[in-house]
Amino acid sequence: MFVHYAMPLEGIYLFGLLAGALALLAVSGVGSLLAGRWSERWAVVLGAGGAGVACGAGLAGAIGALLCRVDLTVARPWRMPYGEFRLGLDPLSAFFLIPLFLLSGLAALYAIGYFRPWKGRNPGRFWLFFNGLVASMALVVAARNGVLFLAAWETMTIASFFLVIFDEADSRSAHAGWIYLVATHLGTALLIGLFVLLGSGAGSQDFGTYAAPAGMAGGLFVLGLAGFGTKAGLYPLHVWLPEAHPAAPSPVSAVMSGVMIKTGIYGIVRLLVILGTVPGWCAWLVLGIGAASGILGVLFALAQHDLKRLLAYHSVENIGIIALGIGLGMMGVHAGMPVLAALGFAGGLLHVLNHAIFKGLLFLGAGAVAHATGTRDIERLGGAMKRMPWTGAAFLVGSAAICGLPPFNGFASEFLIYMGAFKAILGSGSAALGGVTVVTALALIGGLAAACFAKAFGIVFLGEPRSAAAAAAREVGGSMRAPMAVLAALCLAIGLLAGTVLRAMDPVVAMLAGNPSTVAAPGAVWVLMPATLFGVLALLLGGLLLLAALRRRLLAGRANRETVTWDCGYAAPAASMQYTATGFAQPLTQAAEGILRPRVESQLPQGVYPASGAYHADTPDVARRMLFDPLFRAAAERLGQLRWLQQGRVHWYVFYLVAVLALLLGWALWA
Amino acid sequence: MGVSAASWIHPVLALALSPLLPGVINRVKAFFAGRNGPPLLQGYHDLWKLFRKGGIASRTTTWVFRAGPLVNFACLLAALAVMPLGAVSAPLPFDGDWLLMAYLLGLGRFFTVAAALDTGSSFEGMGASREVQFAVFAEPALLIGLAALARETQSLSLSPIYAGLAAGGELPLRILLGAGFFILYLAENCRIPVDDPNTHLELTMIHEVMVLDHGAVDLGFIQWGAALKLWVLGALWAGLLPLGALPGPLVRLAAGAGAILALAILTGMVESVTARVRLLRVPQLLVGAGVLCALGLLLTFR
Repeated sequence: MFVHYAMPLEGIYLFGLLAGALALLAVSGVGSLLAGRWSERWAVVLGAGGAGVACGAGLAGAIGALLCRVDLTVARPWRMPYGEFRLGLDPLSAFFLIPLFLLSGLAALYAIGYFRPWKGRNPGRFWLFFNGLVASMALVVAARNGVLFLAAWETMTIASFFLVIFDEADSRSAHAGWIYLVATHLGTALLIGLFVLLGSGAGSQDFGTYAAPAGMAGGLFVLGLAGFGTKAGLYPLHVWLPEAHPAAPSPVSAVMSGVMIKTGIYGIVRLLVILGTVPGWCAWLVLGIGAASGILGVLFALAQHDLKRLLAYHSVENIGIIALGIGLGMMGVHAGMPVLAALGFAGGLLHVLNHAIFKGLLFLGAGAVAHATGTRDIERLGGAMKRMPWTGAAFLVGSAAICGLPPFNGFASEFLIYMGAFKAILGSGSAALGGVTVVTALALIGGLAAACFAKAFGIVFLGEPRSAAAAAAREVGGSMRAPMAVLAALCLAIGLLAGTVLRAMDPVVAMLAGNPSTVAAPGAVWVLMPATLFGVLALLLGGLLLLAALRRRLLAGRANRETVTWDCGYAAPAASMQYTATGFAQPLTQAAEGILRPRVESQLPQGVYPASGAYHADTPDVARRMLFDPLFRAAAERLGQLRWLQQGRVHWYVFYLVAVLALLLGWALWA
Repeated sequence: MGVSAASWIHPVLALALSPLLPGVINRVKAFFAGRNGPPLLQGYHDLWKLFRKGGIASRTTTWVFRAGPLVNFACLLAALAVMPLGAVSAPLPFDGDWLLMAYLLGLGRFFTVAAALDTGSSFEGMGASREVQFAVFAEPALLIGLAALARETQSLSLSPIYAGLAAGGELPLRILLGAGFFILYLAENCRIPVDDPNTHLELTMIHEVMVLDHGAVDLGFIQWGAALKLWVLGALWAGLLPLGALPGPLVRLAAGAGAILALAILTGMVESVTARVRLLRVPQLLVGAGVLCALGLLLTFR
């Protein structure tokens, strides 16, 4: 395996670009907060402008670093114990920085229009935390020291917590924020344990010195999987995700769902690089959790009628798909099948990029709808396509992409994971069984996702508006439309140019699976990514254009009339007679009733001339209700017995401090 | 057997002959019912008539409604580019082409459903809801069946798979997959026992109710598209027959087309002698197809 690395000078320039971006984010965030005391306009200019320029520079630096295959580490001593202040830029970091800066920059642009109606509040408070979130995410990806990593991780958590509860008028936001804070700190606790164990050998927290104690690689991986999986939203550690993502303002939801949860995936992948080899059962564990996240995520999404909550569950699903790819890759490494390893890791990582793009797009679209109508309740929406044609078209592209439909980008990454699975099925042994698991799970997820987005897009954007608010919707302004247009275009572009993207990703895949160019199949733009595939996709698009022209020609000069929708001749059709989102999904949610356990309130029509009837189904998270709620209640009861320690009087707390200090002193003298 | 000039015959053949398939099915059903039935070429008459009409559409609809039939038709055209017939290679085969085929059918379905929801009709919403529900159960069955074929022939593309199958292959596997794929064929094409294309009651329809509001050119593309879907999935089934022993690609193509017609006759017979299953039971039928395909896959693991 031989990978070219750039001249250090080039690397230093690109690194400087990224460092500059980080500094600009920090300065503009603080500056925006200060400026906001005098002028809202200047706060936005500073905050959004700083974020935009920094993300542009960061994106250029990250793409450049990936293309030039930069691999460098910059270190300098600092006052913290256990190692140095150490930042690194390698293909893996550069790859994760690309969607991070791309989506954050677009979300910043979107936020300008999104917050325009929120007059009379200091926008600097938003920009401080937003720019801080972006900077800390970048720092997480660039950190090469455990202490620095955890500090950045914690900053990221705090910044995103304040963004989740930003809408303080909404009491549900505060509740969601607390759930997020608790869940993510439990994950962080596991990570502290992981880093302590990793660094215990060399006594240093620098990543380069990490070594897994003998025979503990598997255990450490599980620790990391749980810790990072909490942030990523792997089932059943996802419980914070469907609460926090809908509560946050939409540009924040897009960034959190599109890129922040990917720092969890980054952590898992980075841990794989650090550990080198992990036992074979770890691959099965990742596959199993991936399949569970994927299927359960999309099932719960199907049962939601809050548009953003639905999208949040789809993040659980897509993280599951990413885990399926990574699991296949690990299986390939373990079984000595380089093609399988390359396909699995490449599919999973490409899905990281793709999910950032289409989920970002969908959250921005949902935000635009909520912005224009004041509601996220799918049952109260409808007919948005006519009123918001740009948003509607972008949301349609995002929906097709997230369902993995060609010719959009979701298909490209799922295709790779499928191909890995089929490659495994052609072989023998347990890898073949893993392949069958992946194919079945992906096919099921694909069908359910299509059902869910037929519902989300169809009920929200098509038909007639189901409420006065939906009828009064207007298209959002340019600063909100432009980011959606860019993301929609990227969905199509990556779908059609997946080969180019994958070749640029070669060094990332090489870090995990060995050099993929040595196993490329003939006639492929990338390992088993055949060039002909894109020929057929071109045929599809060309055929579509041809058919559209043919249709126009056939109908030209003929009478084209408009009338009401066919309703069996009923005289007074009303919007409330349309199919509802609950009704649309009901056959599938009914079939999965045992898993979803919905709370149904129904009042059946009574009598010969029924006057009214009602049906309402809510599907709260089962993992939360059955697992975490009882767990936390029990913990609260047990710990409640210690409440007598808390007297609420200062002198008692001073006494505790002195007592502990005395104990420590005694211990230090004793030892 | 690589790509040759003969490969391009199949797409043309499919476009030209597919409108015959609904006619064949209807004639068989008429025969069983003791009626004369519509002419065999009724499908062509209908298309000719529809393509010369002026359009009519609901005021509720947007461009999505008009795009639905076109996207569906384009998807089937693209699927024909990877679908072999009679062990003659498809024009554009590649590793993993069946995935594209399955997902192209998915894209067509997504837009058909979206076009149905665009009318705001509760009937069409009902049909759309059923359509996406059945696809959830059909998709894993199809991909597991194809995984069995891939494993049996150790190849990743439909054309070599069916070429390899034509040369040999296990009889039990063919039978299991033949039964599984036939159920999928009936379900995906909305035939009895899953859906009744001749029903006149909107509440019981699935596919027909989704296209209630389409007319003229759009309806023409829908009907032609439905016929093409019968053909494409018919070709998937016909490839399981041992046609590879026949000499020459043209003879094999003709035999393949004959097999697709025979499948249409079989469909007409099934439609004549069975009733629709209850909608609640359809998932069970499709899971049954999945089990058949999974058994086929299990066979290849011996």
